[in-house]
Amino acid sequence: MLDALLIAGTVVCAIRAIRARHLLSAALWLAGVSALTALMLYKLGAEQVAVVELSVGAGLVTVLFVFAISIAGDDGLAEREFIPNWFTVGLVGLFLLILGIMLLPLDEMDGAGSKTAMAEMLWENRTLDVLLQTVLIFSGVLCLLGLLTDSHAPAKHNIPHEANELEIEPMDERPEEMMA
Amino acid sequence: MNLDILLVGVLAIFGIGLYGLLITRNLIKVVVALQILVKAALLALVAAGEASNQLNLSQSIAMTVIVADTVVAVIGLALAVQVKRVLGTFDTTLLSKLRG
Repeated sequence: MLDALLIAGTVVCAIRAIRARHLLSAALWLAGVSALTALMLYKLGAEQVAVVELSVGAGLVTVLFVFAISIAGDDGLAEREFIPNWFTVGLVGLFLLILGIMLLPLDEMDGAGSKTAMAEMLWENRTLDVLLQTVLIFSGVLCLLGLLTDSHAPAKHNIPHEANELEIEPMDERPEEMMA
Repeated sequence: MNLDILLVGVLAIFGIGLYGLLITRNLIKVVVALQILVKAALLALVAAGEASNQLNLSQSIAMTVIVADTVVAVIGLALAVQVKRVLGTFDTTLLSKLRG
């Protein structure tokens, strides 16, 4: 019962996030999706991932959304259809039908079963992934710094206008003693 | 947790994200729809790990997915802010002005 409630809540939050008129509302509904996803992950037994999802997905990403919306403003762009709504719904429905036929019912897979602890799995068996994540985080931070820099801000090292009015003699016309 | 019910929910969440990605032209909403898509993928990944009795492996992969998803959100939001500064709107149809 609780599982069905969690799933239904997540679906409702996702629908509200997509259909929300204001961007801030969409960001808050998305935080709800993340929090409920973290709860489901916890109930699946993936405690570590649930904690990371709750802190990063529901915390950090929501803060970033609110930050971006507060900088750029909410222009309340009305939804306009690129393609007809019936075609979109049909396309998504067809895709989900094919995916559902392929996946359901989810039988027990023939996995060998691994008793390796997650820390060992992450730091020893998947070292390359950890390295990649580190590079990804740093490149993300650098991209963020580069993109959030105001491109219209005046450069700090501009030559002051007064300097253009100074009469500086060309090097060739200066007396030789000065050159020496 | 019943994995079949969970998988039906995952399919629904994935469908909502895909639908949002197809209908919206607001850059921030595009990032929201992408986030919803990734949440569905994350749940499916952990459910598959649970079904195959390899939960720790699926958790370590899910960690990578979360990091990549966060970086995508960060870069997408920063791009949206810059587009708003330059064009004055989040409308993706106006991005065609970037041509030559």
